[in-house]
Amino acid sequence: MKSRSYLPYYFIAPAAIIIFGIALYPILHTFYISLHQINLKFPDLGMSFIWFENYIRLFRDVRAMSALLNTIFFTVSTVALELIFGMIIALLMDRALRFRGILRATVLIPWAMPTVVAAMLWRWMYNDQSGIINAILVATGVTTEYLQFLAEPALAWVAVIVTEVWKTTPFMALLLLAGLQVIPREVYEASAIDGASKIRTFFTITLPLIKPVLLVALLFRTLDAFRVFDVIFVMTGGGPGNSTESLSLYTYKTMFGALDFGYGSALSILTFVCVILISVLYIKFIGTKTR
Amino acid sequence: MRSSKKSKIGFGIFVTVTVLIMIFPFVWQAVTSLKSPGEIFRVPPSIFPDKLYTQNYKDVFTAGVPFHWYLRNSVIVAGLTTLICLIVGSFASYVLARFKFRGQALFLGLLLAVAMFPQVAIISPLFLFFRDIGLLNTYPGLILPYTTFALPLTIWILTSFFRELPVDLEDAALIDGCSPFQSFYRIIVPLAAPGMVTTAILVFIFAWNEFLFALIFNTANHMRTVTVGITMFPGLHEVPWGTIFAASTIITLPLVLMVLVLQKRIVQGLTAGSVKG
Repeated sequence: MKSRSYLPYYFIAPAAIIIFGIALYPILHTFYISLHQINLKFPDLGMSFIWFENYIRLFRDVRAMSALLNTIFFTVSTVALELIFGMIIALLMDRALRFRGILRATVLIPWAMPTVVAAMLWRWMYNDQSGIINAILVATGVTTEYLQFLAEPALAWVAVIVTEVWKTTPFMALLLLAGLQVIPREVYEASAIDGASKIRTFFTITLPLIKPVLLVALLFRTLDAFRVFDVIFVMTGGGPGNSTESLSLYTYKTMFGALDFGYGSALSILTFVCVILISVLYIKFIGTKTR
Repeated sequence: MRSSKKSKIGFGIFVTVTVLIMIFPFVWQAVTSLKSPGEIFRVPPSIFPDKLYTQNYKDVFTAGVPFHWYLRNSVIVAGLTTLICLIVGSFASYVLARFKFRGQALFLGLLLAVAMFPQVAIISPLFLFFRDIGLLNTYPGLILPYTTFALPLTIWILTSFFRELPVDLEDAALIDGCSPFQSFYRIIVPLAAPGMVTTAILVFIFAWNEFLFALIFNTANHMRTVTVGITMFPGLHEVPWGTIFAASTIITLPLVLMVLVLQKRIVQGLTAGSVKG
């Protein structure tokens, strides 16, 4: 029986080693690099230890702080919209047995598309001359002239957020639907007999019952939105100016544009710390609210 | 029940609008890919192509970008990532589903941590490391990080599938003198084939769609993957939208078809980890 007691460790060893080697150890190494000055433009200079200078620079860097604020803005607005639309679609799928198949099939299309492809496509649909969105807006009288969507900060934000929400709402909807399906039908019937309105039933019965699933879905979407890169890289490149630049994009430009790996690593650590803070907040919330 | 007819109509409109919004961009991509360069820039855009212009699809493979290489690279990288994830993941999932062992919570915590990990946080050391050991512009240079980030999902889904399999069969096999390892690959693995398929699709889609690592690690033209490749089509004066969307359609259509055929399974896999806790 001795050999058997070690068995689980042999079985998880490959996965544990890969995860440790490619994710956990490197994050410590990122921190190590962030304490150094290292620029690949000047390979002869090598690495020199500079304590927390990169972090001091970070807090004085207006562009880094605005990238952080942009990322927070993007995360909050997309996740909030996804929650609303995801919930509506989930409720539709839960009620409409006849349409469930077709709805499920169609929401999986945006989900399955590569983000880069979706971003390219929406960038084209937002085109200021031949874009279909401008054509629709003018044809329906919402606007009188074609808008330069990606050339104006506020409109560029709208464009990017709509794209992200379109792409990721399906994931939210499917998770919420799975939560809804666990609720026994009798609960709704009882509520209807008691004369509760549909809206009241939703807030007093449905919502509390799917709260655990909802929080998990929110956590994953929040963390995913916080590391946003592809959509912004393809649609605006962070522009106009740096108005839509996210933390990940600024980090990428710092490392692979300016080749400043030391400072880029400090930016990476900033993203990492934010992600940990978000997770801790959510997990605390999940822990207290489900009990 | 007075309002039932009205609400039914309202409901129908709601469903239709949702379906249209979800589907339209994908359809528009295909429509644009079948328009001639002149028609693409028409104002306002035509809803249907004047005549089907298939030259874009030929241009994908001949217009100065080695798109067939990108396709090959993506197939190899996503395929091998899927294979490795299934092998490594099914071992770990098996013991998670069947045994209680010390450090189990730690391992689960590790998985959760990686699932939440911002990829951007490790690109600097990985880039330097891969550069030093010659893994930039290679397949393993992408397969390794892809496997790492797909493992949590793989293990969650497979564990939930393994848990549903009856233990009796394995016990019988153990009594018959099979080692735990034999009972694992002779009994569990074949029984869990449907779960493996679900997992494989999700991992494949993840690896096929990945962009950041592919952009950074494989910069040599012959080693690029499709997601990076479609941002690389050169335009003389204008962005070559027709060619880009022909390429986009080529790389999305297989995924969309797969998703439509296997939608139930995919949804089951996607929600496996999150609903049960």
